[in-house]
Amino acid sequence: MPDFTLQNALVVTAAGLADNSDVVVADGEIAEIGQGLEARGEAIDCAGSWIGPGFVDVHTHLREPGQEWKEDIATGSRAAAAGGYTAVVAMPNTEPATDAGHLARYVVDRGAAVDLVDVVPSGCITANRAGEKLAHLDELWAAGVTIFTDDGDSVADAGLLRRAMEYLAERDGVVAQHCIDAGLAAGGQMHEGEVSSLLGMTGVPRQAEEMVIARDLSLVRLTGVRYHVQHLSTAGGVAMIAAAKAEGLRVTAEATPHHLYFDHSFVADTNPVYKMMPPLREPSDLDALREGLRTGVIDVVGTDHAPHADHEKDHPWEDSPFGVTGLEWAAAVVNTVVKLEPAQFFSVMSSNPAALADMTDQGRLEVGASANLVVFDPTGEANTTRTLSRSSNSPYLGRELRGAVRHTIYRGRFTVRDGELAELAGAMG
Amino acid sequence: MKHLLTMEGVDRATLASLLDDADEFYEVMHRPIPKVPALRGKTVATMFFEPSTRTKLSFERAAKALSADTLSFSPGTSSLKKGESLKDTVLTVKAMGADLMVVRHTSTGAAWRVAEWTDLPVVNGGDGAHQHPTQALLDSLTLRQHFGSLDGLRIAIVGDIRHSRVARSDVFAFNTLGAEVTLVAPPTLLPPDLTGWPATASNSLDDVLTEVDAIYLLRVQAERGGASVFPSVAEYRERFGMTDARFNRLKPDTIVLHPGPMIRGIEIDGGVADDPRCKVLEQVTNGVAVRMAVLFQLLGGSKDA
Repeated sequence: MPDFTLQNALVVTAAGLADNSDVVVADGEIAEIGQGLEARGEAIDCAGSWIGPGFVDVHTHLREPGQEWKEDIATGSRAAAAGGYTAVVAMPNTEPATDAGHLARYVVDRGAAVDLVDVVPSGCITANRAGEKLAHLDELWAAGVTIFTDDGDSVADAGLLRRAMEYLAERDGVVAQHCIDAGLAAGGQMHEGEVSSLLGMTGVPRQAEEMVIARDLSLVRLTGVRYHVQHLSTAGGVAMIAAAKAEGLRVTAEATPHHLYFDHSFVADTNPVYKMMPPLREPSDLDALREGLRTGVIDVVGTDHAPHADHEKDHPWEDSPFGVTGLEWAAAVVNTVVKLEPAQFFSVMSSNPAALADMTDQGRLEVGASANLVVFDPTGEANTTRTLSRSSNSPYLGRELRGAVRHTIYRGRFTVRDGELAELAGAMG
Repeated sequence: MKHLLTMEGVDRATLASLLDDADEFYEVMHRPIPKVPALRGKTVATMFFEPSTRTKLSFERAAKALSADTLSFSPGTSSLKKGESLKDTVLTVKAMGADLMVVRHTSTGAAWRVAEWTDLPVVNGGDGAHQHPTQALLDSLTLRQHFGSLDGLRIAIVGDIRHSRVARSDVFAFNTLGAEVTLVAPPTLLPPDLTGWPATASNSLDDVLTEVDAIYLLRVQAERGGASVFPSVAEYRERFGMTDARFNRLKPDTIVLHPGPMIRGIEIDGGVADDPRCKVLEQVTNGVAVRMAVLFQLLGGSKDA
């Protein structure tokens, strides 16, 4: 593995910002950080860019096993690397659902074989995500799973959820909830409001999210478990998380790129590329989510990258599945619409998600750490002309976004070099 | 005008032009030989992915009265049952030589998608609970024939507004043509947000009964969830039905419209349905006339042909 030196960038380290600085990578680790260092190996000018810990996504649908026509661990890993990611947490709504140890180990093994990002499985809370009995939490834990979720559905049964929380509190695992009350959201196709009323579609009111958060916070007080709200979409939800944090509960929250960028007006022409759950909401919700990321009420950006094939999405709205892709443009979206300072940017994109997923090799840029890095040019133009995902259900393709991933470095080697996947360019180190 | 997909945003001149042409075709329909050669050689495909009787028949009657050929698609006997997608189905029918498609579908925006996929002129024959623009045209024509103009008319639309593509179409057409619209329904049948609707709302039919020039009754749509949103049909009839007693309290020149099919005994009593001031059958006749006008304009027909 060749050594190399990244030069002349704003380096965002665990200790603070280092302007006009270099990062020396040797033997797969960060060897030195500082100004005017003597280069080792190839010297790569990164002037104008930020260098920080590689991005970590705690909410990725890789679709393998079972739905490889949408995505697999190889194509999803490529899309992740292109987006500046060095680690992703795979959601467990695969087929079969990741509700037992061998299924989690399969995801780990496939991720390691592809070797473009750390692929860390999450596990189901309930068996087959059916909401009826606990999944094999013991086996999943033994296989390295620390985040548990029935993502795609809320765990509706409060008694069952309480047992999962009690079990995981003992191990200090994370309960991550898809917060949408099934009854209040029944038949829901989009945000309930002005646009749904004109389109005649059944809406999903904000209260469907807020109710589940409120109930779950009550159980967090009871059990003391680490609790994570996935894809927060409402201003009311942001306020509840802020209050829970002020109270001292061990709560984290996530915002997706699409809930930061688009509001429900984009649904007006019923193009299913804007269809996802929770739905796109109102400008006041977007403002609250953006502000939540700035103030730290929202801890992480999670993509909810949800690939679907053209033959599944190319239908009228109600006949098309929920979900959009986003790994490749999440950083650019955040940079374009939230405009975070570099330290906070890498907190929500890298270090906070790494901490949430209990990853030790990710989310920190310091001497001696494994070299999981991204070189991100905040003024560059994002490449929205192509996708490396197997699916193209992205609302960002063709859109102008500010922020370009120049290089992604995974365990000391380039997975992305000059904006192109190193593997595809035949230049893998 | 390349397509007719919605009434939202259609301007007054466009509406007037369609209604003027419909008046002419209404006259054609009452000739001894009710047929003109305006669209000879054109093929109109009626793609009804949701069951329909009257709208499909009406479009086919309109096409034939203009001497167009028709291709008729019904979901019950079709390739959809074999798993073919909507997109492949409409592209297949286009490949057979359709010049225009009339699309009805249970999903919102289906006609938009068909217009994108086929690049043919598309008429929305009803998409989900969203739009049904030719219904608004035939309702407007019926009101214009009766009153001369919609300017200044006060119209109440009563019933399941929330699940009604008819209401979503009528409210824009009536407003653009100068009428004042009041939506009358229980809270569970009104849309959750009325921003953007050029109408006012009321929860009491009795409050508006004596003030309106026309009452537009909607069918209670059990298949769209309408039946689970009020406690009983009897209560609905009691509060929102056009009973004989309510009919007698209307101003003597107030008329009653209904898009059909009527459910006698729920939203309308038999005596009202059969009264000459109930314009349901005129609406049906006008449906053919306005659909002739729409097909004629979208297919660029010539009245001299």
